Amino acid sequence: MRYVEPHAHMVSRTTDDYRAMALSGCAAVCEPAFWAGFDRCSADGFRDYFRQLTETEPARAARFGLPHFAWLCLNPKESEDLGLAEDVLALIPEFLSRPNVLGIGEIGLNKNSRNELRVLERHVQIAVERDRLILVHTPHLEDKLKGTRLILDVLRAHGVKPGRALVDHVEEHTVRLVLDAGHWGGITLYPESKATPARAIDMVERYAAERLWLNSACDWGHSEPLAVPRAALEMRRRGHSAAAVDALVYGNPVRFLSQVPGFRVAEGADLAP
Amino acid sequence: MSRPPEPWRRREALADLYYMDARARVLDLAAFLDRLDRAEGAEDHRLRSLRAALALLADGKEDRARRILESWSDPTTDPAPAAGSKGATGAWPGA
Repeated sequence: MRYVEPHAHMVSRTTDDYRAMALSGCAAVCEPAFWAGFDRCSADGFRDYFRQLTETEPARAARFGLPHFAWLCLNPKESEDLGLAEDVLALIPEFLSRPNVLGIGEIGLNKNSRNELRVLERHVQIAVERDRLILVHTPHLEDKLKGTRLILDVLRAHGVKPGRALVDHVEEHTVRLVLDAGHWGGITLYPESKATPARAIDMVERYAAERLWLNSACDWGHSEPLAVPRAALEMRRRGHSAAAVDALVYGNPVRFLSQVPGFRVAEGADLAP
Repeated sequence: MSRPPEPWRRREALADLYYMDARARVLDLAAFLDRLDRAEGAEDHRLRSLRAALALLADGKEDRARRILESWSDPTTDPAPAAGSKGATGAWPGA
């Protein structure tokens, strides 16, 4: 089996996780910028973080033959401080030109506040001006439905081409909104929140499977770096063909991410399984 | 002659795969409700939302997962004046 992990916060994971992913058939790993679990004091902290995402993590992944790519942004959890946000936004263009940077992400909303919305719009502006891909985080739990609607309004208002934006962490109450708007949808596999493998496959069976991907979003919280191959196994147990599984966990992310010229998979992974 | 449905569209095959897991979850939920009964104090919005969802589980209509998630969601449309805390509780307090 081969798969792409399109959303993993590897700065929070051990080298053993990289090895386990490579052993499980991972062909590339993509890492969005996110919240570190605490608010950073200044833009300097983000400069170091962006270096970690674009230099250190690719080197760690390369030890296991894994191409590593990054998305850059200020996470919505740190968007309330508009002064800090402007300082970080000013840093992003300098890093965007690096060949292993996929685009702007994971931007979005957390508590659906006015300041979060302003910072989301500023990120979208940068992406549109530079014609970069967008990865959007949708809020947690009771805030997800409202936040998803607000996010879709922003993407529409800024003229984002639907096929250039993936809206992540969809669940049963938001997946249709995202797909009907023409965007790609990401289903995140978490032990407690977001989706289980069984619910994820239910959504794949019911909706536009060709514009959905699965991700582990593994980070420092309850999460599972091998969630995608585990869900692939679940899909096979349910009776889906190997080709259908391959299309979901490998073909779909490769199709979306190949809009970035520098994206590539591990050597040999692009050969038919 | 029509082909038989794929395995994931056959109830028996789905029961073979998921029945024991669902059985365990139902028992866990039942035990949780019993535990709450034995405890003291008022119930907050999370527990009230959970009890409301039980009615949706048993109403016999489709799309239970979507409808339960919607019942736990913030139905307002205007952006919040400020973020306040970073976390979420799992159910909208105003429900």
